[in-house]
Amino acid sequence: MALEQEHLAYPHRQYGMDHDWYRWSMLTTRPKVVWPEQAKLAVWVNVALQFFPLNQRGQPFKVVGGMQMPYPDLRHFTLRDYGNRVGVFRILDALDRFDVIPTFAISAALATRLSYLVDVVKERGNEVLCHGFDMDTLHFGGLPKDKEREQIRTSLGILRESFRAEINGWLSPGRSESENTPELLVEQGLQYCCDWVNDDMPYPFKTAAGELFSMPLSNELEDVFILMSNQHSETSYVEQICDAATFLSKEADEQGGRMLGLNIHPWMLGQPHRIKKLEAVLEFLTSLPGVWFASAHDILASFKNQQG
Amino acid sequence: MQADLSYYDYWPYHDRPKITWPNGARVAFWVAPNIEFYELMPPANPFRQAWPQPAPAVPGYSIRDYGNRVGHMRQMRLLDKFNIRGSISLSAALCDHHPEIVELCLERDWEFFSHGIYNTRYTYGMSEEQEREMILDSVETIEKHTGRKPAGYLAPALSHSEVTLDLFAEAGGIYTCDLFHDDQPTPIRVRGEQPFISIPYSLEMNDTIAFVVNKIEPRRYGQIIKDNFDRLYAEGSESGTVMCVPTHNYQVACPHRLAAFEEALEYITGHPDVWVTTGREIAEHFLNHYYEAALADIARKNARGR
Repeated sequence: MALEQEHLAYPHRQYGMDHDWYRWSMLTTRPKVVWPEQAKLAVWVNVALQFFPLNQRGQPFKVVGGMQMPYPDLRHFTLRDYGNRVGVFRILDALDRFDVIPTFAISAALATRLSYLVDVVKERGNEVLCHGFDMDTLHFGGLPKDKEREQIRTSLGILRESFRAEINGWLSPGRSESENTPELLVEQGLQYCCDWVNDDMPYPFKTAAGELFSMPLSNELEDVFILMSNQHSETSYVEQICDAATFLSKEADEQGGRMLGLNIHPWMLGQPHRIKKLEAVLEFLTSLPGVWFASAHDILASFKNQQG
Repeated sequence: MQADLSYYDYWPYHDRPKITWPNGARVAFWVAPNIEFYELMPPANPFRQAWPQPAPAVPGYSIRDYGNRVGHMRQMRLLDKFNIRGSISLSAALCDHHPEIVELCLERDWEFFSHGIYNTRYTYGMSEEQEREMILDSVETIEKHTGRKPAGYLAPALSHSEVTLDLFAEAGGIYTCDLFHDDQPTPIRVRGEQPFISIPYSLEMNDTIAFVVNKIEPRRYGQIIKDNFDRLYAEGSESGTVMCVPTHNYQVACPHRLAAFEEALEYITGHPDVWVTTGREIAEHFLNHYYEAALADIARKNARGR
């Protein structure tokens, strides 16, 4: 028994990364970032408004939160729909009560279905970023480039038309990308992408079409990751966010501004028994000194202004 | 394939020769940060898939990269604060990719042991010759970049063959972290009959096992570490025990997990009679003082009832 010789060959064993997308750089070696009003911590609350199709194909994989039962999976379809009918309004109330500015990540297919919700978001004037076409239209290695270009173009077209606003950011369904995704995002006029979780601060991503910024939107601190994937308690969800915010604020004292991206799902936190936990998080964050609540784009703009 | 592992004999945790650690310490406490490099597009091993999705596996790859970009400095500061020298389980290729990290650890006199070349290259399917080549490459790479051959081994991604430990002993190693059968060092039988031992490297305390496999809440992880210590500390008054916390910079150094870990380290290092040390120092101390007595005791206990 033996493996093919390629298993003992290491063509990318060299200084830096094993790909060309970004430069190897440790966070502590970068210039200090200063946020508006000397804030220590920029907080981006990202509300994901998602459409999970009932006729999910699940190719090449099913996303977390997708349909799980044989067709028609009324159970998961309606639980996800609950978020867009009921949960989101509880979340908006909570955010408004604490004066926290959200950013909305929206499935394009949702915008074509729920014009009422589109109007609600539009009237608020908050930033909208594109969360793909729907939660079953995935971007993955091996997806033909032309097909993916069309997926992205269609999704952005729908959102730009529905919201009559600039769309600058992207979050892939399931955070899954193909080898072409970053380049295609730049080609379609996007400035940042939130899929990569390898940093706590924005950093530039190189593509054949130009520069893209990676914006850190923690997966480990997502409500779905903590509550559904890990089955942690609601109390622990609050503790984890508060511990993270406290830690990052302290780090900011020595190392310059930090940011915290919190991705939340109305179908998860918008349930009656969980909403008070979001309120507890917001109460903690709004009482923490030196927090700047901002949209993803505003945080990125401030960051880029300092990068000379 | 065989039904039993032939590396060691049964050695009950009862009436063993007493171990006393330096300065009368009861517990030898070591922290083993795994500093790893995972490849974005490794060749596909026929027995184990590196990533759950087609390449590029952005979620898995990027959180591990977080450990090197962000997490390492955080954990290192914490270990500095409590005067803990890390014993690094090192993907040898990290010496090439991120020499800055190796340099920072060298400045602190941390230990480096071998964790293979990449954590995306598995031992499964390798011929003995191939595995020897991989192990020697890791040993030579670590020696070249740190000035010292590694004394210990933890197979890459815990992927083993039947001869993994034999090969590492033949490469000059003295201890393995691959076995989880004991709370004290134990002699290991390798085919070349070199003196070789197992040092406890707890999977139960391993942050990745705790957070990813067992899905433990961060504060509970801190509590589990303290509870583990309390019992090993108490038992250590009878005979010295070993406590290891294996960590990963992409797990424990996330901002929502560090506070609980810090509290646990503060608790442990706040006790008297704790030998805060490294894997190599534990192994050398045991080999120099207790190895022969352990062999004799194992032989005595296995002769009973025969």
